[in-house]
Amino acid sequence: MNGIAHTNYLECLLKSWSTKPTESLSWLGQLRARAIDRVSTQRLPTKRDEEWRFTDISSLVDLPFQPSQPDSNLQVQDIEHLCVKEVKNRLVFVDGHYSPQLSTVIDSTALVIGNLPTFLSTHASTLESHLGQYAKFDNNVFTALNTAFLRDGALIWIPKNAVIVEPIHLLFIATQNEVTSYPRCLLVGEPGSNVTLIEDYVALQQGAYITNSVTEISLAANAHAKHIRIQRESTQAFHLANCAVSLAHASNYQSTSITLGSQISRYNLDVRLTDEAAECTIDGLTLIADRQLADTHTCIDHLKPNGTSRQQHKCIVDDAAHAVFNGKIMVRPHAQHTNSSQSSRNLLLSKTAQVDTKPQLEIFADDVKCAHGATVGQLDQEEIFYLESRGLSEIAARNLLTYAFGAEIISRIPVTSLRQQLERTVLSQTQSN
Amino acid sequence: MIDKNSTTILSVQGLRASINGTEILKGIDLTVKSGEIHAIMGLNGSGKSTFAKVLAGHSAYEITGGSVQFEGKNLLELPPEERARAGLFLAFQYPIEIPGVANTQFLRLAYNTVQGQRGKEELDPLEFDDFVREKMKLLDMKPDFLDRSVNEGFSGGEKKRNEILQMALLEPKLSILDETDSGLDIDALKIVANGVNQIANPSNATILVTHYQRLLDYIVPDFVHVMQAGRIVMTGGKELALELETRGYDWISANKQSVAGVVA
Repeated sequence: MNGIAHTNYLECLLKSWSTKPTESLSWLGQLRARAIDRVSTQRLPTKRDEEWRFTDISSLVDLPFQPSQPDSNLQVQDIEHLCVKEVKNRLVFVDGHYSPQLSTVIDSTALVIGNLPTFLSTHASTLESHLGQYAKFDNNVFTALNTAFLRDGALIWIPKNAVIVEPIHLLFIATQNEVTSYPRCLLVGEPGSNVTLIEDYVALQQGAYITNSVTEISLAANAHAKHIRIQRESTQAFHLANCAVSLAHASNYQSTSITLGSQISRYNLDVRLTDEAAECTIDGLTLIADRQLADTHTCIDHLKPNGTSRQQHKCIVDDAAHAVFNGKIMVRPHAQHTNSSQSSRNLLLSKTAQVDTKPQLEIFADDVKCAHGATVGQLDQEEIFYLESRGLSEIAARNLLTYAFGAEIISRIPVTSLRQQLERTVLSQTQSN
Repeated sequence: MIDKNSTTILSVQGLRASINGTEILKGIDLTVKSGEIHAIMGLNGSGKSTFAKVLAGHSAYEITGGSVQFEGKNLLELPPEERARAGLFLAFQYPIEIPGVANTQFLRLAYNTVQGQRGKEELDPLEFDDFVREKMKLLDMKPDFLDRSVNEGFSGGEKKRNEILQMALLEPKLSILDETDSGLDIDALKIVANGVNQIANPSNATILVTHYQRLLDYIVPDFVHVMQAGRIVMTGGKELALELETRGYDWISANKQSVAGVVA
């Protein structure tokens, strides 16, 4: 691998930017220009970079896939099986492009929801004060690329004290091969608001393509958000994703991310507890097989006192698949009385499966409670014996325990039909005979 | 109860077992007949819990000698699940937690597996719900017990009640209760003991493995055996437990030559 190839790759991507960013909105034009600038000064990360030491993305160099063009004849009935029945508001993006005919926005009085460009003139100041403010691209080439190509995207803005009961579904559908799509989401929760967001990446066919997504979430004081993220891309796809979350005073963020798809995936989740008494719960499940690689990097950054974070990440790895988890917890000098716990549990179902897990605690305050633990291994013999002693065969016992290992995370998804659907997925992928 | 028309359920002769090359059971003889309740007492490390696990078929233990007949079958040849299906039940000292699986799912799976093996009818979720709720009354359990994950976040008493509930559902021929009294307050102990007493009948049998005499105030044994260093060194009636309570296990060491083998 060499730097020249990487530089060429990025140049190649940027050249595909045929039309100049629109100059009519100077702040957005400037944001994109800065991002383009930053892309040209960076290179693709390699395994020599500490943050990428377990995840080799060198094969990306051979895939300088151009941005997708809007080209979709999808009808509502083609995506019916992807719909979540509890949902009222659904935004659908096909290969990164907003599809008004597949989307349903029923409730546009209680909140602002829709495609970003629609709001550039009506909500300019809100957008300007949030978009690109959380997902920094100075040291992240993928966020820089996403920002450089920023065009369509989901905007969800929950006004003060609004409680949106029905979950909002953001459905990102891949239909074209050998393209790159750049999904973008912005969720702004004003003080005291409450929302449940489903961010869902699916493919309608098997094939190679790249998804480079960026999600930004800002919760003001006492705002609550539940964020369910499901990555079920084609198993030949690359999925590179960044999510940045900013939490104000006593706000509460609950994330459940489920990783099932992609040949190679990388999910960076950065949560900053920027004011006192903020809380976050970060749960993750990676369930992969064959030769898949799934890398989850999280950073929970406690900047102010009395914050709480709880994290549980689980991986079930079969065949020759490889899961990576890097969970950093930062407790800054002022963040006294932080209460933080992290657990990374990993189950290897075959001799060739691999897990690299790295809990990383950096604590600079002296009066905090932080616990963490990591396990990698097979099923516990005592647990198998317990089930056998109740009449289950060894295979049945193993299957039940493997299912339960994944189902524990799935059970925290607060949307019943989605939870049941994912329980069936876990069941079908954990049973051997 | 001791009954002259009873049949032999369990016959253990000269049983020896070791773990990682260390011998724990050094020749155990025990006969259990239908209708009987046996208590096995002893200090920590005497081998009583090992004996319970070996009977249930724990794979960590290697059988190095002796034989075990269970209802005329060679028990030691059977894998643990077949022992369970044949009617042997072990209530665990430390029941495991299975987050992600609802208790009712687990109970129905265990029940139907055993029922299927016995050639009896399996129950669908609705039928099972009625059936299990009836059994839960035995143990004074709240209905939300069914919807919670198996043993997850259960108190010590709830876990033990869940064990006895499984015993009530599976209707074993021989129940082995491993330290079921440990960690229970007196109210929970009474509830658990009441459940066990209601399940006991003239055609099944129970072995209570316990450190303390306390449980035996509520479940009255027909025989009390004392284990020491991997052997049963003394056998008596229920009064032996009281004797142990007042005089301590040291008294056994001093007297085992003279008292051992009082009752066959």
